[in-house]
Amino acid sequence: MTALRELSFEPLKFGRWMIWGCTAIVFIAAPQVFGSGFARALLAQTGIMIIFALSYNMLLGQTGLLSFGHAVYSGLGAYFAIHALALIGKGALVFPVSLLPLVGGAGGLLFGVVFGWLTTKRAGTTFAMISLGLGEMVFAASLMFPGFFGGEAGISGNRTAGGPFLGIAGLTFGPDIQVYYLIAVWTFVCMIAMYALTHTPLGRIANAVRDNPERAEFIGYDAQRVRWIMMMLAGFFAGVSGGLSAINLESVGSGAVHAAVSGGVLLAAFIGGVLFFFGPILGSVVFVFFAFALSEYTPAWHLYLGVFFVALVMFAPGGLSSLLLLNLRVAKFGKFRRLRDPYVGVLGTGAVMAAGIVLLIEMTYHRTLGVGTGPTVKVFGFPFDTMRGESWVFAAALVAAGSVAFEYTRRRFRREWDAIAVEIEDWRRDNPEEDQ
Amino acid sequence: MTVPAPALQLVDVRKRFGRTEIIRGISLSVALGERHAIIGPNGAGKSTLFNLVSGRFHADSGEILLDGRAITRRRPFEINRMGLARSFQITNIFPRLSVFENLRCAVLWSLGHRYSFWRNLNKLADAEARADELLERIGLKRRRNVQAGLLTYAEQRALEIGVTIAGGAQVILLDEPTAGMSRSETARAVALIREVSEGRTLVMVEHDMGVVFGLADRISVVVYGEVIASGRPEDIRADAKVKEAYLGQPAEAA
Repeated sequence: MTALRELSFEPLKFGRWMIWGCTAIVFIAAPQVFGSGFARALLAQTGIMIIFALSYNMLLGQTGLLSFGHAVYSGLGAYFAIHALALIGKGALVFPVSLLPLVGGAGGLLFGVVFGWLTTKRAGTTFAMISLGLGEMVFAASLMFPGFFGGEAGISGNRTAGGPFLGIAGLTFGPDIQVYYLIAVWTFVCMIAMYALTHTPLGRIANAVRDNPERAEFIGYDAQRVRWIMMMLAGFFAGVSGGLSAINLESVGSGAVHAAVSGGVLLAAFIGGVLFFFGPILGSVVFVFFAFALSEYTPAWHLYLGVFFVALVMFAPGGLSSLLLLNLRVAKFGKFRRLRDPYVGVLGTGAVMAAGIVLLIEMTYHRTLGVGTGPTVKVFGFPFDTMRGESWVFAAALVAAGSVAFEYTRRRFRREWDAIAVEIEDWRRDNPEEDQ
Repeated sequence: MTVPAPALQLVDVRKRFGRTEIIRGISLSVALGERHAIIGPNGAGKSTLFNLVSGRFHADSGEILLDGRAITRRRPFEINRMGLARSFQITNIFPRLSVFENLRCAVLWSLGHRYSFWRNLNKLADAEARADELLERIGLKRRRNVQAGLLTYAEQRALEIGVTIAGGAQVILLDEPTAGMSRSETARAVALIREVSEGRTLVMVEHDMGVVFGLADRISVVVYGEVIASGRPEDIRADAKVKEAYLGQPAEAA
């Protein structure tokens, strides 16, 4: 039994190659399991978002730089890549489409060098504000210079340009599945590269600069230089994600450098958690679910994303990755069984409350935006007549009952959780040698 | 035969904040290998003096020389690379990194690893060996993987000294290394300071007179931004001006 219990919670100690191996298998298998065109498009978006969010976290989580303008690097990278693609299409440039993300990366790197030099003199609020200003500036420029940015229509290209990959007939990156695997390979390589970077002298000193930039200067490091180099590298990887996006969509418009993209990556990183390397990966999956999957079903997805984000920041400020690791720690100490019932309680009552809230929101949206389609809206497969009072009373009752029950179970959960945390801390204090 | 340049030399250094002149023309010379204590009442400008020497602030006028080379206008990391390291009165470490990572970060530059992002940190045997050796010396081996922010106060002070000496600087400034410590912790800290300053030049601001007179080869007394006396401990003890200005009333405050 003991051995089994330890085995089942091995993931934390798993050899690194096992984790990467499993990741590779997921990447390979995912489009086979989810075979629809829509699912594959989602998976491709997820891969691109993972690179983008990880590059963002090189700044936020690793160097302590809160940027509101990361879309500048992915967006300009995307423009570089789409221009190159257009040139390949015209025969003016000979370059394999599969390596176009490198062109995007070069674009991101270039602007990382230029803007990084301007922005990294200060960290904290100053950096955040300058990054916001630069983002606005680049977006304004995208409307002012239609020659490069393509104006309203943007710039388009054709990803099958330049002939098949390595001359293999049929491997043109035309079909969705081929693009997916191209993105998957790039995502995998970038993940490994960015992970490796956290285990280099620069990566560690970036953490030191995040923690205490002043002291870093007294151990021989120029804090600004550290931030600047991290900006360049983050710009490069953001550019790679932009380049992949250009290949995936075969078109880049000014939306690519819009503040909404910068805000989105901030949300994705925070949702996953910035304290751990894999946090933004989780965050990207969740974010793509909201922004690309849920948005197909309801115009209220922004609202749901916002509510989810607020709830997460309130209850699990370290994001999903911290939540996961805290639970794994509880499991490692063999105390997870005690959380099982409380979990069933909070998740069950939380689901009732959430269902009521979703119903209210959907009916409200339907009343204001979807009246033309009749008074009835389908939520969770059930029809609700928004003109009848009963529907609203039912929704309100769900919210009320769910909230009361949720608050009750939440407190019970909290007590048990805190008690376990204290037990673990006590054990660690008494056994300092065995820790870690 | 030429006389070697002093390890650290200050020539008429002045610094004002707003209209108040905090450092009012300090000249000081610390010989190679000397343990030099700077004492003086609160607000005398001792910490400001350290901030000027280490590059945290820049002097308004005067000259500061490290091994005969001017460092007056240099930035902290440049001064550090030239061979001067300092500790802080208020513990100033990397709180979210482990004790070991704090020390490893502090040795990286001196080992020439600079801003490298193409080498695996965990395969840099030299950095790991040096960090582990420092861990042993400051007595925190058992706390190797604990987050530095979670250490006890005395442990953080020891780490503060560890981070300061890690780069192998020849001139070390310690700002009140035993402040807030119990008697036994202070004794341990003094032994540590004595050991790590062996063969190097040490400049130390300290309030504990037991520590000062136990460690220092020479003492300078700073009052209102000026050095009013500088000399061997026994001379300082006997100096009438010092007695009046500082050691004044109960002759052995410590």
